[in-house]
Amino acid sequence: MRRVQAEIKKVQERLKEAAWEAREKPGAYGDDFDPAVFINDHSELNGRERELSAKLREVALLSGFDPEEKQRSASYLQKDADVLYEKVTGLYDGQVEIMSIERALEEYDWLWDYWWKTVDVDADKFTAYTELYQKGGSFIRILPGAKVELPIQSCLMMSEQEGSQRVHNIVIAEEGSSAEIVSGCTTVPQVETGMHLGVTEFYVKKGAHLSFTMVHNWAENFYVRPRTGVLLEEDASFINNYILLKPVKSLQTNPRAILKGRRSRARFNSIIHGRAGSILDLGSVLELIGEETRGEAISRAAADDQAQVLMRGKLLAYSNSAQARLECKGMLLSEEARMQAIPELEVIKAPRADLNHEAAVGPISREAIEYLMTRGLTEEEATSLIIQGFMKVGIDGLPEILEKMVDEMAKSISEGGL
Amino acid sequence: MLTVEKLSVKAGERLILDEVSLTIPAGETHILMGPNGSGKSTLLRVIMGLGDLEVVSGRIIFQGRDVTKLPIDERARLGIGLAMQHSPSLPEVTLKGLAQVLGDRYKNDWRSLATALNCDYLLERGLNDRFSGGESKRAELLQLLIQRPQLLLVDEPESGVDLVNIAVVGKALHQLLKQGKIKDREHSGLVITHTGHILNYLNADQGYVMINGKLVCEGNPRDLFEEISKHGFEGCVACAECKRR
Repeated sequence: MRRVQAEIKKVQERLKEAAWEAREKPGAYGDDFDPAVFINDHSELNGRERELSAKLREVALLSGFDPEEKQRSASYLQKDADVLYEKVTGLYDGQVEIMSIERALEEYDWLWDYWWKTVDVDADKFTAYTELYQKGGSFIRILPGAKVELPIQSCLMMSEQEGSQRVHNIVIAEEGSSAEIVSGCTTVPQVETGMHLGVTEFYVKKGAHLSFTMVHNWAENFYVRPRTGVLLEEDASFINNYILLKPVKSLQTNPRAILKGRRSRARFNSIIHGRAGSILDLGSVLELIGEETRGEAISRAAADDQAQVLMRGKLLAYSNSAQARLECKGMLLSEEARMQAIPELEVIKAPRADLNHEAAVGPISREAIEYLMTRGLTEEEATSLIIQGFMKVGIDGLPEILEKMVDEMAKSISEGGL
Repeated sequence: MLTVEKLSVKAGERLILDEVSLTIPAGETHILMGPNGSGKSTLLRVIMGLGDLEVVSGRIIFQGRDVTKLPIDERARLGIGLAMQHSPSLPEVTLKGLAQVLGDRYKNDWRSLATALNCDYLLERGLNDRFSGGESKRAELLQLLIQRPQLLLVDEPESGVDLVNIAVVGKALHQLLKQGKIKDREHSGLVITHTGHILNYLNADQGYVMINGKLVCEGNPRDLFEEISKHGFEGCVACAECKRR
């Protein structure tokens, strides 16, 4: 045991050292800022709160977290650095484990084998800061063979002005398991500015299926840098649904799925509404390494107000039998918004790999709106129907909660007028 | 049902319609013929309120109400419906999505209408997105059958449609215009045709010939069509019987 502890200590030291070296390294993409501004005493773990007030329950609900835990198999909620929920509902005991990452690392020595394995600690200053100042994050493990029908929910909430969250999450779907995770990130209404750094590593083992839905709900002056890696074994499948409908100051993320196992599959669906002065740089990377791997990255973005939206997507094929598709579609809703799509396809010594992409950026068609109006729909109804469809058509199996959010968003855009 | 009074319309600087007048009583279907670019589609579009068309003078009266300046959707809700010659493609909106919205609004059973028009397999597809000519027309007619307009404007229902589909289109138009017994007829239509095929399916009451934005001739639609077939539009203009000369 002492030897194990000594080894862990060495690993920790090496990681801290690498992080320290990278603490000023700018991100590969996105606008630059200094994360040090948001590291302050307020966001230290204070341990004062143990439950959500009625007001905060409402905030949690907005990001898809149900404080009543009805129709949920397990729940994790962290407010700032305090962990308020980490429990599995009775029926799913022995099928799911959920706890703070600190507790998990204490409990399981083997967890260090999953720590910073799909995301590089020295990738940029944001990964470095997460390692150097990490407080909390969740550990979710779906046990071998467990079929968890009800969603697992997780929420990261921020309530401190100019504060920050630096979390490291690990999700392991063990062999043959299947589960759906609904995760929300949100701020309480009075918080205007702050930073969220979140590293999330997913391990989807042989034959496992994991669906992960992330709802981002930040404040207008928030800086957000999620860093995500997904490792898929043989016959594993992973679906990532991402939705961002609220304004945020600056958000850059480019999750990477490594399809190592034969016949593994991954799909990234993103629905983005860029609003106010948001600067968004969003993408995904699919590395198709194993044979017969399949990947899809589908994004739909609407750019409003003065928002700047950049949609990336990268498919990398290392196997001749790999197939993947990239689709970036953008709709411009204001004269001042900017949008850019950068699809990238790369084949590495696999001449028979099949990769393709489709990218389109344009305004909402006046002709289409008028056509629907000839059927008696008002201009608002016609616009809403088009935006709703634009955001959803081609995205299979969108969870109900996201469907509703998109419908409401389309309605609010059209009511505001174009 | 519809009265167009001395309607002149510009697109940009160009005069497209020049003092066009016509009246379609309730229950009647009128036919509009004319060479390409004569302004026929513009007349239908301006009655519907579409596009960047400027009404320079004249009025459009629908069921006693001046609709010249009303927005498109209000005209539609009053009972004007349009079947375009080339409908725009809306890949974002599925035919089913739109049919549901219209079904709820107009309290019509869209599902059975879709089946009757052989549109079931198109329901999950984006509207007019890579539809064939016949598919596009059937999808359009499905929407109109749900909408049930009092006045139906139809722009070249035969265009891009094979003979089998012309029969489907013709039947649907017949149904839309409720062309059963003459005494029961309430719905009116204004239909543009180039080929005249659609006349086999409709009981058309009146025909017009439009040339250079003017209605130059009117009369029995079958007679007019026969005349045009024989002598072209020039012959029609020269016709001594023409009431409008």
